[in-house]
Amino acid sequence: MKIDVSRVAQLANLPLTADEKKKLAAQLEETLTYIDQLNEVDTKNILPTSQVTGLENVLAEDIAQPSLTQQAALANAQATDKGFFKVKGIFSDE
Amino acid sequence: MNDAIDIKSLTITQAKKDLAAKKYSSVELTKAYLERIKKVEPKVNAFITVTEEEALKSAKEADAQIAKGEDKALLGIPLSIKDNFSTLDIRTTASSKVLDKYKPPYDATVLTKLKDSGMVMLGKTNMDAWAHGSSTETSDYGTTRNPWNTDHLPGGSSGGAAASVAADEAIAAIGSETAGSIRQPANWCGVVGLKPTYGRVSRYGVIAMGSSLDSPGPITRTVEDSALLLQILAGQDPHDATTSPTAVPDYLKNLKKDIKGLKIGISDDYFEGVDPEVKATVEQAIKTLEKLGAVVKKVKLFPPKYAIAVYTIIQRAEVSSNLARFDGIRYGNNRSTFGDEAKRRIMLGTYTLSAGYYDQYYNKALKVRTVIIENFAQAFKDVDVIVGPTSPTTAMKIGATEGQSMFGELADVLVEPSSIAGLSGINMPVGFSKAGLPIGMQIIGPQFAEEIVLNVAYQYEQENPLYKIKPEL
Amino acid sequence: MNKYTPIIGLEVHVELKTNSKMFCRCTADYFGKEPNSHTCPVCLGLPGALPVPNKTAIDWCIKIALALNCKINEFSKFDRKNYFYPDLAKGYQISQYDLPFGHDGYVILGSNATPESNQKKDAGQASMTKEKRIGITRVHMEEDTGKLTHAYGASLIDFNRSGVPLVEIVTEPDFHDAADVKEYLQKLQQIVRYLEVSNADMEKGDMRLEPNISLTTDVKVLPNYKVEVKNINSFRFVEKSITFEIKRQTEILEKGETPAQETRGWDENRQKTVSQRSKENAHDYRYFPEPDIPPTTHTKAEISSLKKSLPELPDEKMVRFAKIYALPVYDAEILTRERSLADYFEEVVSLCHPELVSGSQKQEMPKRVRHDITPKEIANWIINKKIDHTQITPDELLTQITAAKQTIAIDETELVKIITEVISENEQAVTDYKSGKENALMFLLGQVMRKLGKKVDVQMVKEKIKQQVA
Repeated sequence: MKIDVSRVAQLANLPLTADEKKKLAAQLEETLTYIDQLNEVDTKNILPTSQVTGLENVLAEDIAQPSLTQQAALANAQATDKGFFKVKGIFSDE
Repeated sequence: MNDAIDIKSLTITQAKKDLAAKKYSSVELTKAYLERIKKVEPKVNAFITVTEEEALKSAKEADAQIAKGEDKALLGIPLSIKDNFSTLDIRTTASSKVLDKYKPPYDATVLTKLKDSGMVMLGKTNMDAWAHGSSTETSDYGTTRNPWNTDHLPGGSSGGAAASVAADEAIAAIGSETAGSIRQPANWCGVVGLKPTYGRVSRYGVIAMGSSLDSPGPITRTVEDSALLLQILAGQDPHDATTSPTAVPDYLKNLKKDIKGLKIGISDDYFEGVDPEVKATVEQAIKTLEKLGAVVKKVKLFPPKYAIAVYTIIQRAEVSSNLARFDGIRYGNNRSTFGDEAKRRIMLGTYTLSAGYYDQYYNKALKVRTVIIENFAQAFKDVDVIVGPTSPTTAMKIGATEGQSMFGELADVLVEPSSIAGLSGINMPVGFSKAGLPIGMQIIGPQFAEEIVLNVAYQYEQENPLYKIKPEL
Repeated sequence: MNKYTPIIGLEVHVELKTNSKMFCRCTADYFGKEPNSHTCPVCLGLPGALPVPNKTAIDWCIKIALALNCKINEFSKFDRKNYFYPDLAKGYQISQYDLPFGHDGYVILGSNATPESNQKKDAGQASMTKEKRIGITRVHMEEDTGKLTHAYGASLIDFNRSGVPLVEIVTEPDFHDAADVKEYLQKLQQIVRYLEVSNADMEKGDMRLEPNISLTTDVKVLPNYKVEVKNINSFRFVEKSITFEIKRQTEILEKGETPAQETRGWDENRQKTVSQRSKENAHDYRYFPEPDIPPTTHTKAEISSLKKSLPELPDEKMVRFAKIYALPVYDAEILTRERSLADYFEEVVSLCHPELVSGSQKQEMPKRVRHDITPKEIANWIINKKIDHTQITPDELLTQITAAKQTIAIDETELVKIITEVISENEQAVTDYKSGKENALMFLLGQVMRKLGKKVDVQMVKEKIKQQVA
């Protein structure tokens, strides 16, 4: 099958050049061909395992604890303004 | 420089004795390592950041505590930390330019534990960017070189960590493994690399790669040091819901037990396609274990090649989601700064999770994962541990991976099944190739069987103490 | 216009008032705080941070589900919902996909009584009104995002809200008009307030509403399009947007066209919905099980114990009030709108008719049990006088009612006569009062009361004395 690289890049929020897209398309196809080997494994009536620990109900009590200071929270940001993180304007259509 | 310090023969255990006996101070010890780093880094490039100032400060504090008679497991011991562990106010890049200037406002739980034990952190080690790879070539800060032959790769992703130990730039290192990232570089660099059971060591603060697979662990010269570090790292963490409440045993206590009658499993599939030199050396090591009284039994393991596919799907899916937070708003640079490998993985993961493909890829992989887990469970009914080569080859030459988009998976084919099942495992150096490159054997145990894995490794090490042989740099 | 039947479903997000956030222990009370002063590595989405779910939030989510008559999944889990937006710290929201905590519930509108509840047979009047059953598709747990504001061509982000527990309640497309939607929303708000799990304060954004609207000519067939109106924070705006959409879509359909499947927003300034195509961007959330959080299980026993812990809900309470206190449904409905008012009413009743109020023994027995005041009189007084129950104690309220009742019973001329007598008999006291001695008035009052020999409105008598003395 052919991968719609532009669409996947849009979902992944990755800015890609035309060159990168071309290269990735080929590499992704190659990898997909490899992983298609899995079809050789019969998984009928087998349940998926998303976690291997077997743990359940690992929850925390509802007790508030101190947060980072505003200064620490903002320290690594590229742009801030009066305690806020700042980004280029985001507007809806109208 | 204090002449009593011979960093080429040091282990944590030895250094602790020496510090306690006042043969030298932690400051002197730390300076010796900082000197060594200065000397060999141009050749090895194991570190991204050397934290000289902080190291000397902690060493000084450690000395003050030693003077007061305090006893902590790592008091004054200089270690290196892989650069995907968050370190409070110290640059943490995961080897990606995305995080070039990032200084976390918190410590990973592993760091907290090490600091509480009195560790001196020498610096942050190089790795494949985001831990994506098995060579450190995907690092945005240059490839690390194998101390045994600097034309060769150290393996990865914890390549800098393994190289820092092999090159005596740290007594020991903390690395992390998703599938092979501790054991494979430990193998290629000829050191001991322990991958604990998933959930044994907290992931909190470790920049996530494959969340359902990531396991932090120690890279050391000796098995005893490995046990000592695991003792500090292991345990349930309230900040990581996937850590286990299973009690942490005394890992050092059982090291010296003999292994008479211990059942060791070997699987033919794990020797298939393996370099003949590697195969022969590992077979020799298995004979050594038999000599020690272990009983070798054949086990039928699920073919490792399927593990590659399972691992590729699960890991890339998790990667695509884990790397979504890097948007350049709260920290770091924007998404255009990701390297090629990260982009490749994000794209594949995004694709396999997208509408219409989930069942075909992700869910299928999770089902085969179940098959692999059950297969191991079956095998461990008959044997206590499983041994085999850690990697199919010795360290590859720099540049040899060019254009192989599945290189990492193939290099890690023999460790991936156990990672997918979340098992414990270790790489033990068992010999050298004719070219002088290290060869390693892996010992795989069930979940939470680190005690047994370390015991077998220790007994082997007594017979063949390869840690005494050091590379020339 | 009548040719088309509106098919309306609702998604409502309710923010819980837990102490700490959903997946970290930052305080969840973020409203009006300094921006980014309530964050930590987890809710800021820093590299390496991991979520640990809030037990109380999960319990409360299940309580909401139970109150909405949902089935509870014994095995449940969290999933990652992947999408990008600057206010979404991790690039994914931890939510629930195929195994929400609650599913397949319902709410009955127009009756204020749940048919399955054991009060049904007593509902009487209530069940006579038309009933509508609104299906609840699912009730699931997720986390809130940060807050984005726009200023001077830039967008500013505050992550204090990031990670605050949110419960999403999704209905079946069972509504056909805006009025029912409004009734449902009021009911939902009332229920979460009764459960004391959310303030449900619209102004603070505790409830966010998203109706989806389409029109059909045949109610048995769902239309092939759906218009979602996102993020409305007022019941009135929901009504308006639905009314507007019905009109807009009717016009499109009348032209023989099909309205576009899209997301719109309510523009209060222009009194219309507007397209928000930018927010759509062909959703593909790539859900997968959250690897950082082990699944959760709830045994039947745990579920039933949570169910037992539910307070009496508004519908049941209303029916009981109507029956036990012999109140008109209308009064019972008003008194049970807020749990605190209902409790207040019962406290007052318990002072007069302790036998009626279950659990009233925990109150101190009143000195004088005022059997003469009926629950209906109390209800009338509270409702008609618009009593602020946070200001007037039950005892004071009873005094007011008693006084009012007595006042009517007193003969005005007799009272004037007695006061005149008392004044003339106690000249010294009158002089004292005029020179500013308040005690003197109390003395005069005592004399009048004794002569009256009845329980009367003291306040009223006092006023009368003042008038006559002056």
